[in-house]
Amino acid sequence: MAIFGPRANLWMNTALVSVVVLFLGALLSIWVVPVMGYNTQERYAPEQPVPFSHRHHVTGLGLDCRYCHMTVETGQYAGMPPTETCMTCHSQIWTHAGVLEPVRQSFAENISLRWNWVYRLPDYVYFDHSIHIAKGVGCTECHVSIGDEALTRKTTTLYMSWCLDCHRNPAPHLRPLDQVFNPSWKRTANTPSGTALMTAYHIHPETLSDCGVCHR
Amino acid sequence: MRRLPIIAVAGLALAMAGCDNMANQPKRLPFQLPYGAEANWPALPPAGIVANDEPFGPPPPPPVTIALLARGQQRYDIYCSPCHNRVGDGNGMIVQRGFPRPPSYFSANLIKASNQHYYDVITHGHGVMYPYAVRVAPPDRWAIITYIRALQASENARLAEVPPAQRSLLQ
Repeated sequence: MAIFGPRANLWMNTALVSVVVLFLGALLSIWVVPVMGYNTQERYAPEQPVPFSHRHHVTGLGLDCRYCHMTVETGQYAGMPPTETCMTCHSQIWTHAGVLEPVRQSFAENISLRWNWVYRLPDYVYFDHSIHIAKGVGCTECHVSIGDEALTRKTTTLYMSWCLDCHRNPAPHLRPLDQVFNPSWKRTANTPSGTALMTAYHIHPETLSDCGVCHR
Repeated sequence: MRRLPIIAVAGLALAMAGCDNMANQPKRLPFQLPYGAEANWPALPPAGIVANDEPFGPPPPPPVTIALLARGQQRYDIYCSPCHNRVGDGNGMIVQRGFPRPPSYFSANLIKASNQHYYDVITHGHGVMYPYAVRVAPPDRWAIITYIRALQASENARLAEVPPAQRSLLQ
């Protein structure tokens, strides 16, 4: 019997190609797959009981974020409005709209609407809205295009690297306190510099990336 | 000693069982129903239920300061201006979209109305206006009333009454 059978060449070529393919596959799964939109769920808008549009309510009508998200300045959570808040206007406007039927039903039965989480953080992260608001981080620094979204979608990866980008260098993300809730704010020539705002708000980036800032 | 690898593997397997998903910890979070819960939270607490840190009765009106006025302006612009408009004439954006028009703050009735009347309307609502007790905390109600009084005073103000340094802002 010969050392090399008639298919020896085929086996060897297959093995060589497999090594390259597996190597590239490993590279893809480590560096590419985690940042693909399918995994980060960026631009993903979960289905909701009511197709609520921030574009209509914020950009169109000019409602302040805090009209509905009442605890954003004082609490860990921005707060979801009770159905009473929806019905404040919708008891008089769009009273027969089909899409608002779940709202009317919720109000009549005194049962909360159940919205689906868009920005879901793992339980080991202790994110707090109020401190970011108090230190001049505007809503749209994280919820990028929220004021112009017809359906609320996730606009960031929420990866820890994304949090740290800002925690290591907060200055470019700060704005004057009266502009925090302005969804279309842009830095102008008259805006105080990020460094000046950082001093004014007593922000110390050297301790801002300590583990205990976000993890307990 | 032949059994050492088996024991080691069994020990590791046991240790791995302790690695649960820390992203979903068994703790109660706001806006989250307990795991497996069927019933939903009530949208508003039943009548007569008060929070255990809720003070008895409304707080007395605070002294009028510039800080109170600024707070009132901020809260007014958030919660009242959609209907009452930022100047207080009752022609806000929601009214322009079909909501019944509220009375202007400059009407004789509302200029005469007591502060308590405004406080009660914010707390309990009035006509088609819903209660704002959940949205506007009691101290903020007084701040908003202070600002509404300032709006009323500004309606008939003359340029001569404005401090000279501020006049250029209005012209």
